[in-house]
Amino acid sequence: MSETAITMPGQARPARPVPRRSWLSEIPDLLTRIVAGVIATAAVGYVVGFTLWTVLISFTDSTLLPEYNFVGFKHYWQLLNSRIWQVAYLNLTIYGLGFILGATGVGLLLAILIDQKIRGENVLRTIYLYPMALSFVVTGTVWAWLLNPTIGVEQFVRGLGWTQFKFGWLVDRDLAIYCVVIAAIWQASGFAMALFLAGLRSLDGDLYKAAAIDGASPARMYLRIMVPAIWPIVVSVLVILLQTAIKTYDLVRALTAGGPGIATTLPTNVVYDYMFQRGLMGAGSAAAVMLLLSLLIVLLPYAIFQRLRRGKGGGHG
Amino acid sequence: MVEARSLSALGSRALLYAILIAFAAFYLTPLIVVILNSFRSFQEITQTSVLGFPQQFRFDNWAQAWGSYCIAGICSGIKPYMWNSLMIAIPATLISTLLGAMNGYLLSLWRFKGANLIFGIITFGVFLPAQMKLVPWAITLRNLDLSNTVTGLILIHVVQGMSFTTLFCRNYYVNVPQDLIKAAKVDGAGFLQIFRRIILPLSPPILIVTVIWQFTGIWNEFLYGITFSEGSARPVTAALMALSANIAQAREYGIESASVLIAALPTLLVYLFGGKYFVRGLTAGAVK
Repeated sequence: MSETAITMPGQARPARPVPRRSWLSEIPDLLTRIVAGVIATAAVGYVVGFTLWTVLISFTDSTLLPEYNFVGFKHYWQLLNSRIWQVAYLNLTIYGLGFILGATGVGLLLAILIDQKIRGENVLRTIYLYPMALSFVVTGTVWAWLLNPTIGVEQFVRGLGWTQFKFGWLVDRDLAIYCVVIAAIWQASGFAMALFLAGLRSLDGDLYKAAAIDGASPARMYLRIMVPAIWPIVVSVLVILLQTAIKTYDLVRALTAGGPGIATTLPTNVVYDYMFQRGLMGAGSAAAVMLLLSLLIVLLPYAIFQRLRRGKGGGHG
Repeated sequence: MVEARSLSALGSRALLYAILIAFAAFYLTPLIVVILNSFRSFQEITQTSVLGFPQQFRFDNWAQAWGSYCIAGICSGIKPYMWNSLMIAIPATLISTLLGAMNGYLLSLWRFKGANLIFGIITFGVFLPAQMKLVPWAITLRNLDLSNTVTGLILIHVVQGMSFTTLFCRNYYVNVPQDLIKAAKVDGAGFLQIFRRIILPLSPPILIVTVIWQFTGIWNEFLYGITFSEGSARPVTAALMALSANIAQAREYGIESASVLIAALPTLLVYLFGGKYFVRGLTAGAVK
């Protein structure tokens, strides 16, 4: 019961013998087992097979159609030395840092504030979390309007009388990436809030009492005692946000289309561009494999950390 | 002394609520902007900005967005794309959930050698970026003659969704006592009978979480949709993108706002009415 938030009702229900024979029981047991095995094998085969297939193609000179003439690491070297790939990773670094720190910070702040026995908690939580139910396309489209200087906030504030007001990040090469950061924080900080709040609520009430008796100020109490007590959740949130950042694609496409120029182009955009705009399947696959490697650098230590933390028992994924 | 203290407590309480309400405003602003714009005229928006209150509430944006506005040369509004998304999301959600439940049951209660390895690999599929699967899917769909079809996208989302649904269900079933299964086996029940008579009746909580998770995810999915569909076969997210990428004509922010709202409505409703399960899905997926 420990690892999921889901409770299991009716667990104590006694096992019932199987009295009535339905048409289902006419299906031979062996056949159903084989079918179940085939489904599980397909799920495994999909993950392993498609991954290896893309890796294979990344070593070929495939363009519009797959061709299996191998060129070794050619595409990898070319990509690593190309400006677009370097800029995309630089953009990802700025965006990733801004987004992860921003969403974690906002999420933690909101979780701590909500934890102060406030009124209207349910309404506020619903409001903070609803962007998670939306598509990144919707988020990107709407934020593109708000941040657009000719139709959004800049124009609105000028209309209020500050005619010199400027807010043109979206069309500024150096600042456009922060527009992506803002929109992404808007979408995902509620998620961080929900996880942190669940963590704080799971803490023992005695911890609060002890901290209160200690006479620590609330801010100190949280930073020194509560947040360290939920550090596994903090790590989980950071890792999930990091992998969200690496995978971000739709948001950029809807918000900036990678521009101005390539100022907000992320590695995922480059992959798509190579594969389906330029018709360079081999090079696009190499880019996808490098994307996967970036992800593994994050996920493998996390998986090992999770395994160590749980001990050798359970053996949960 | 006491008075000063309670006064400062009152002050910090007020500050607390001020911050909470300021953030609520931050989260709500885009939604309110879109709702208000959907009732404003083209001239009204372009003469001022997207932030404004309608001079009068007009409903023609909604009618056009739904049934007649031109998206990439097809003048039938957003209606057919909503239909496509429904036709993709509903079967894909149901099938992937069922298969995930079967997988979860197999991997948690019929413990066999390698079950954990299989589960580990399937879970890895949750993290595998879609970009790693685009080329194989392109080739597979072409070979199956399913390129640019709703059926092709259903297939993708069923297979793709199995990683998530297996993860959710397996982690739920792993808490079912093994004795229950043993007793049923003694009674002569087979693989499918145990699933149907013992496991499924225990499953509604996790199945609701899984269905909500899958429906929201598939509805909001964009990359597969844009890659493997064109023209009138597009799901609604891809149609929205085509709508806002339309540079041939002046931006109709009012109609676009209504379209965005229509496209977002199904998942917003699921969130409002099934919020509890939505959050459970988020945390269950995250804690693993």
